[in-house]
Amino acid sequence: MSSASSSAAWKSADSVPDQFPAGLRVLVVDDDPTCLIILEKMLRTCSYEVTKCNRAETALAILRENKNGFDIVISDVHMPDMDGFKLLEHIGLEMDLPVIMMSADDGKHVVMKGVTHGACDYLIKPVRMEALKNIWQHVIRKRKNGWKDLEQSGSVEEGDRQQKQSEDAEYSSSANEGNWKSSKKRKDDEDETEDRDDTSTLKKPRVVWSVELHQQFVAAVNQLGIDKAVPKKILELMNVPGLTRENVASHLQKYRLYLRRLSGVSPHANNSFMNPQEETFGPLSSVSGLDLQALAAGGQLPAQCLATLQAAALGRSTAKSSIPMPLVDQRNIFSFENPKLRFGEGQQQLMNTNKPINLLHGIPTTMEPKQLTTSQSIGNINMQVASHGVQSSQNNSALINMQVASHGVQSSQNNSALINMQVASHSVQSNQNNSALMQMGQPQFARAPRLPLSVGQPIISNGIAASYNPVPQSSSMLNFPMNHASELPGNGFPLGSTPGMSGCTSKGTFQEDFNSEIKGSVGFMSSYDIFNNLNQHKPQNWELQNVGMTFDDSRHSNSLQGNLDLSQSVLVQQGFSSGRMSGQNRSAAVVSKAMFSAGDSTEPGNLLNVSQHLNSLPVDNTIRVKTESVADVNSDNLFIDHFGQEDLMSALLKQQQGIAPAENEFDFDGYSLDNIQV
Amino acid sequence: MERNPMRRQLQTMRKSLFDQGHLDEQFVQLEELQDDANPNFVEEVVTLYYRDSARIILNIEQALERKPFDFNKLDAYMHQFKGSSSSIGAKKVKAESTVFREYCRSRNGEGCMRSFQQLKKEYATLRRKLEAYFQVARQAGPMETACRPK
Repeated sequence: MSSASSSAAWKSADSVPDQFPAGLRVLVVDDDPTCLIILEKMLRTCSYEVTKCNRAETALAILRENKNGFDIVISDVHMPDMDGFKLLEHIGLEMDLPVIMMSADDGKHVVMKGVTHGACDYLIKPVRMEALKNIWQHVIRKRKNGWKDLEQSGSVEEGDRQQKQSEDAEYSSSANEGNWKSSKKRKDDEDETEDRDDTSTLKKPRVVWSVELHQQFVAAVNQLGIDKAVPKKILELMNVPGLTRENVASHLQKYRLYLRRLSGVSPHANNSFMNPQEETFGPLSSVSGLDLQALAAGGQLPAQCLATLQAAALGRSTAKSSIPMPLVDQRNIFSFENPKLRFGEGQQQLMNTNKPINLLHGIPTTMEPKQLTTSQSIGNINMQVASHGVQSSQNNSALINMQVASHGVQSSQNNSALINMQVASHSVQSNQNNSALMQMGQPQFARAPRLPLSVGQPIISNGIAASYNPVPQSSSMLNFPMNHASELPGNGFPLGSTPGMSGCTSKGTFQEDFNSEIKGSVGFMSSYDIFNNLNQHKPQNWELQNVGMTFDDSRHSNSLQGNLDLSQSVLVQQGFSSGRMSGQNRSAAVVSKAMFSAGDSTEPGNLLNVSQHLNSLPVDNTIRVKTESVADVNSDNLFIDHFGQEDLMSALLKQQQGIAPAENEFDFDGYSLDNIQV
Repeated sequence: MERNPMRRQLQTMRKSLFDQGHLDEQFVQLEELQDDANPNFVEEVVTLYYRDSARIILNIEQALERKPFDFNKLDAYMHQFKGSSSSIGAKKVKAESTVFREYCRSRNGEGCMRSFQQLKKEYATLRRKLEAYFQVARQAGPMETACRPK
C-alpha cells in the first residue's frame, strides 16, 4: 500500500510543498532592532515567511499559540529577557522545531553550547544572505530524523503503524518489529513518508503537549521504565484519544534527547543524575514514589516532610510513589545508567528509606523542583510531585520521580533537572527546561508550568525550571529565582540543573528569577527543598544554574542518590547562596525567599544551591535549598555539608556507587551525608 | 542626465567609504536587499542603527562614569554594540569595539576610556559621511546595484 505510492509520497514529501523552501515559516528573535530588520529583509528575499520579535518571551508565546505555525526559529544568543539557550531548550522540548542560534560571538565555547543545547546550526553575525538561504535544510533534516527516530524509538511502533497501514495486522510489537524491519527497509522512508504525508509531510500537525499530557506521558514512561518505554505502550498507557503513536514517538524521542542532554551527553556517565545537572534525577526518580515512602520510613526525612511530600506528591501525582520506584529505576533519568545513582539498586532502597529527600522536609511541597537531583530527591521529590500537583512539577523527575505524574505542569517539562523543578515554571509556559537536573529519568518534563514562571520558565532553565511546583507552593519555594532564565548556567534545561536540588531553580537562574517569577513557584521551592535534601550532593548540580546545568558535577550529586542524605542537604536552598557549595546550604542567598534552608545546616550539600545560581553564582550554585521548612531535616542528615557543591556530587556519587545496593543506609535515613565523603 | 553626475558622485562617495575602511562587505549585503519595494532600505537601516546604538553609547558612557568600572557590564554593552555595528558593515567602528572589549577583558580602565573616545569619533565620522551619502542618493534616485564597485 504504500510501497508503490510511498515512493511517490516520499518524493512528494521531499518536495513538499512544491515551491519549497519558499514559504518556509521562520520566526526570528533578536533584541537588536537593526539586526532584526536586516534579517527579516534577508529572509523575505529568500521567499520565506518571516515573523520577527525582539523578546524571547514573546517568541515563546507566539510559538505556543501557534504550534504548527512555524517551521524554524532563528534566535540570538544574548538577549535581555532570556538566554537564547534557554529559549532553545524550551522550543526543543515544547515544539520540537529546529532552532538556529546566532551571535556576534564566535568563541568556540559558545558555539559548543549551541551544539550541546540542541541548536541545529549556529550563525556568526553579521549574518549573510547566503547563510540564510539554506536554512531550510534544517527543517528537512529534522523531519527526516524525527521520523527516523520515531522509527527507532518507536520503531516498533512505527513499524506497527506501518504494518497496520499496510497490513492492518494486529501484530504485536515484536511481530511488527520483524515485519517492520523488513518492510522498514523498503517502506521505511516510503511508508513513513506516506504516513507522514497524511499528517503533513513537511508540516506534521503537531500535538500540543500540554502539561497534563506531558505528565501523563512521563507517568507512562516511568511506569514502563525508560528502557522499555516504547511509543506503543506509552500510548496505551496514556490512553489519550486522538494521540497517535507517532506523536508519542516523537515526543519520546525529544524527551530522551532532553534527558540525555541533561545528563551531559553521556547519559550513562552521569547517570546518577542525569548528567550532572540534569540527569541526576535519573536514579532518583525511582525513588520518588517509593522513596517517599521509604524515606518517610527511613525517618530520615523528616517524617513530616516526607509525609507532606508524599502526600503532595501522591496527591498530585497520584501516588507517585508507586510509580516512582519502578520508574525510577528504569528511568531514572532515563535509565541513567547512573551508576551513581544506582537507584535501581541500592539506591532504591536507599531512596526509599533514605530520607526521601530532604526535600520533604521543609520542602514546601512545591518542591516541584525536581531539582533534587533526583537521586535523592527522588524520594524526596517525589513528594514533590504530588505536591505539585500542579502544575506540573513534573520536574520532579529528579529526586522524586514523583514528578512523573506531576507533570501537572504545563510544561514544566524541564523537570529533567533534579528537581524538575518544574517549578513554577511549569505552570507557565512549560518550562521545558527542566531537562536539566530534573530530567530524572522520568520524562518528567517538568512541565510544571504552574509556576507562574512565565518567566520564561527559563528559570529552570537549568532544568530546575522544570520542577517548579507550579506555583502552588507558596512561592517561597519558588523564590528561586527561577527566572533564572538568565542565570541558569547555560543549562539548557532549566530544570535539569538541579540535580535533585530542589532548589535547583533552574540552575541558578531560578533562584533569582524565581523570586520574582515564582510567585507561584514557591511551590517550586518546595521542590527544591526536596531536592536540596536530596541533592545535597551537589550543590554543584545547581551549579547548573550557573551553567545551566553543569550537572556534571551535579551528577555526582545525583549519584548521591544514595546519598539521600545529601538530598537532605540538598536543602534546596532556595536562596542558594550561590557558591555555597560548601555543604552549607545556607547559602540560601538564593533569592528565593523561600529559602528553604533546610533548616539543618547540614545542608552541606545543598545540592540545590540552586539559589546559588540565582545569585548568579556561576557555578557554585549548589543549590542549597535550604528548606527551612525542612526543619525536620536534621542537620545531620543534610549530607550536604559534605558536599560542597562539587563535593556533593562527588560525594553523592561516591555514596551511590559505593553504597549502591547496600547502602540504603547511606544515611539517608539520617541524611547524614556523612557517607558522602566529600 | 542630471542623475548621471549625481550617480557618479554617489559612486565616488561610496567607493571612498569602502576604500577608507569605513564600510565593509556587510554594507553591500544591505545594498543587495534594497529593491523597488524598499528603495531606501539601506538608509532606513542605518538610521535605525544610529538611533538604537545611541542608547548603547549612552549606557557605556554612564557606566564609564561609575568607578570602579564594571568591566563585565561594559563588555556586555560593547558586545551588543559590536553586533549592531557589524550588521550594517561599520568596519572601523566594529574594529574599535573589539579593541574596547579587549581592554575590558584585561581590566584596563584607561584603555577602555581611550578606546571609547576613539570609537565615538569613528562612529560620528561614519554617521556624517553616510548622511551625506544618503542625501546624494536620494537626489540621484534609486541606486542601481549595477555600478557597485567591487
